[in-house]
Amino acid sequence: MNRGRRGFLERSGVIVATFALGLPTVGAQTSAAARPVSFAKNGRLDGWIAVNDQGAVTVFTGKVELGQGILTALAQIAAEEMDVGLDQIAMMSGNTVRGPDEGYTFGSQSVEQSGSALRAASAFARATLVAAAAKRLNVDPTAVTVENGVVTAPDGRRLAYGEIVRDDRKLLDRDVSHLTAAKPPQAYRIVGKSVPRIDLPDKVMARGIYLQDMRMPGMVFGRVVRPPSAGAELQSIDEAVAGSLPGVLAVVRLSSFLGVVAEREEQAITAAEALRRAARWKSVGSGLPDDARLPEELERFAREDIVVKEAGRAPERDEVARWVEATYSRPYLSHASIGPSCAVAKVEPGQVTVWSHTQGPFPLRGDLATALGLPVDYVQVIHVQAAGCYGHNGADDAALDAALLAMAVPGRPVKLQWSRQDEFVWSPAGPAMLMRAKAGLSAEGKVVDWDYALWSNSHALRPGQAGGLNLLGAWYLGKGHHLSPPAKIPQPFGNGDRNAVPLYDFPRQRIVNHLLTEMPLRTSSLRTLGSHGNVFAIECFMDELALAAGSDPVAFRLAHLPDPRGRAVLQTAADAAGWSGSYRSNGRRGRGVAYTRYKNISTYVAVIVEIEVDRVSGKIQVTRAVTAADAGLVINPDGLISQCEGGIVQGLSWALKEQLRFDRQTITSTDWTSYPIMTFDEVPPIDVRLLNRPNDPSLGAGEATVGPASAALANALANATGKRLRHLPLTPDRVKALLG
Amino acid sequence: MFRLRVNQSLATVDCDGQTPLLYVLRNDLALNGPKFGCGLGQCGACTVLIDAKPVRSCVMPVASVGDGSIVTLDGLSKAGVPDPLQRAFIEAQAAQCGYCTNGMIMTAKALLERNKVPTEGEIKRALSGNLCRCGSHNRIVKAVQLAAKAR
Repeated sequence: MNRGRRGFLERSGVIVATFALGLPTVGAQTSAAARPVSFAKNGRLDGWIAVNDQGAVTVFTGKVELGQGILTALAQIAAEEMDVGLDQIAMMSGNTVRGPDEGYTFGSQSVEQSGSALRAASAFARATLVAAAAKRLNVDPTAVTVENGVVTAPDGRRLAYGEIVRDDRKLLDRDVSHLTAAKPPQAYRIVGKSVPRIDLPDKVMARGIYLQDMRMPGMVFGRVVRPPSAGAELQSIDEAVAGSLPGVLAVVRLSSFLGVVAEREEQAITAAEALRRAARWKSVGSGLPDDARLPEELERFAREDIVVKEAGRAPERDEVARWVEATYSRPYLSHASIGPSCAVAKVEPGQVTVWSHTQGPFPLRGDLATALGLPVDYVQVIHVQAAGCYGHNGADDAALDAALLAMAVPGRPVKLQWSRQDEFVWSPAGPAMLMRAKAGLSAEGKVVDWDYALWSNSHALRPGQAGGLNLLGAWYLGKGHHLSPPAKIPQPFGNGDRNAVPLYDFPRQRIVNHLLTEMPLRTSSLRTLGSHGNVFAIECFMDELALAAGSDPVAFRLAHLPDPRGRAVLQTAADAAGWSGSYRSNGRRGRGVAYTRYKNISTYVAVIVEIEVDRVSGKIQVTRAVTAADAGLVINPDGLISQCEGGIVQGLSWALKEQLRFDRQTITSTDWTSYPIMTFDEVPPIDVRLLNRPNDPSLGAGEATVGPASAALANALANATGKRLRHLPLTPDRVKALLG
Repeated sequence: MFRLRVNQSLATVDCDGQTPLLYVLRNDLALNGPKFGCGLGQCGACTVLIDAKPVRSCVMPVASVGDGSIVTLDGLSKAGVPDPLQRAFIEAQAAQCGYCTNGMIMTAKALLERNKVPTEGEIKRALSGNLCRCGSHNRIVKAVQLAAKAR
């Protein structure tokens, strides 16, 4: 570092420190001790915040918009701390050219991670701008006020942010190590308010903000021909069958990777079909398991046994009055995005640029470079919004597909969108799960022993993971690329064992994760990872134990739940739903409750579901859902409500209808008829109650309601009929069989 | 060569007659509203209006359109003024990812043309063939109700 630069930083450090003294006490969200995790890789202030001469603020985040409303929430945080209007802020996200690198947008961590980084960076940017303004106005920085990006001195003289940076364009080019105190929550004017989503006007007005809407000069279209079964080798292909078709620019065969580029989209599709008919494949491996024998089949897969938790001493014989045991399962599930995966790639001398709806532009960039055989800095990934993904779907795979095809037509951007069938068959599935629970109840109706085991493939096989290259196309290139080994993710995050540790006060617990290492069906992250299956099993089992103990399900949970915030959401949901002991199910009508704290460290949520069962058809109609959620400091209440509603609908849809089907060769759920999801007439009214806790850190909430919704539904069915289904989905056929 | 009437203007496209209308609208005419969702007419993301009726443009060959008048989400606003449905979708915050929004608005537009004050049940029935994966269903129904009131 040169002298001038160091001098500049020293000066600024002093000014900032002086300013910081004049601020109120540091809020719960930021303190010098809690340095935002995202600063580790991105330590420059102007890597997060830029202000131009007109005073427009650009906020950079590594987290990306997946439909969850994150850019709006982050814009609120930045606007709040910088004292600018929300309309003065433009959000730039998920770009490897510019950064910041914040890994993946997953695990409901964006407000926690990027939110805390932007809160600190924005407060520091404001302090820096105010200090510079105060110096120019020759006033004490603590004496000025700031509104809409205009600094006003006590005597009324004004200086806008734009004017300040005009004098010193490098003003925000500094290290973020000298943090300034953020605002106390009591001072918030934008955070905590329901503001409209900043991306909706463009979406509703069809202004072309989706990746699918990208059009570039000279752009052409690609399609990839997938084999008839996973891992099959391409034996022979007469490339001429497609090469002579109208519009075809290139047939790409790289070992067993087969694709085509054409001038027009429908030409690419026609050519891909011709190639599919002409291709001869040799299947490899032993095929898929018998889907009629799931979930027990999971116990026969090769596996690694991991003791997740072992606590307390085994109860004495006379302490247990009654043992209860049950087995639960969920099938393989599909992300089932409404928009199949898409990508645009362009190859230029020394650079490959890929526009993708990936959840992790930086990790994807690394795996893309490896698959393409290029140095990492030759590859840039730029996030552009697409349909909601709900986890690791085909987005990253489509990015490699487009890049491989673009290599064949340098200079011409290649756009590629998967077919509906490819999205179902080739994007990673949410793993099937088997859960076995056994508990001992004391004579007083308390759980004194809790034994729980789960069997599941890995829920985490994303690009960028160690020990492999997790992009579909790469495995067909004949270069020995393969999937990473399953990740052992420690608690509380967990993999299949996310939320496997109960939140209740059980004196003795033993929890085992049978991590399946044999993976006939490709799996990876679906919203909540293993939390969905575990919350489903634990919360169903709690109802079974309550029944055995002769206790009300809400009262039974409260009797085992010490956490006051957990108790509060349960009580709030129960009150909102009018939960009372006098409720009588009647063989047709029933209600169920479920509770969780997502990842054991994040949002608290209780869900109550009411249903009516048609005993003739076996169809369950959900008549009402009520939820209470505590996500700490709420940034955007309506955004949080929307996420809770969406999670409930998805949790109900998974539980009622969804199962990815397959034969011994391949996945047979290929469209919306063979993989139905919930429709308008099936979605119940949903009542969301938020418990705002402004003095507690914000907790990620995008996934919290999914598991409890499934569990509450199954509990409602048991409550209505007196009989329980323990294996998802709760289809009419299964309900009919249950009721005889 | 096909002559199409789209959003009140005439367009000429040169392509195979079996080309789904969706690709012509998106790729030749650079319209953003209709989206590819399934290519099977099952999800509704590609919905456009032809002579005020909702049509799945992913399964409609361009040669079959004839002189029908096509309206897409792009053409719903008049001189920059959003349609009441567009305003209502923003007011009700009736989308998360928004990929299905095109189909929801276009299907609702056709409904409101023939039924000025639909009941909640009628709205749900009209939208029953449109899929949403984010779970915005109730907000979408509310938005259609708001738009009906605004008219």
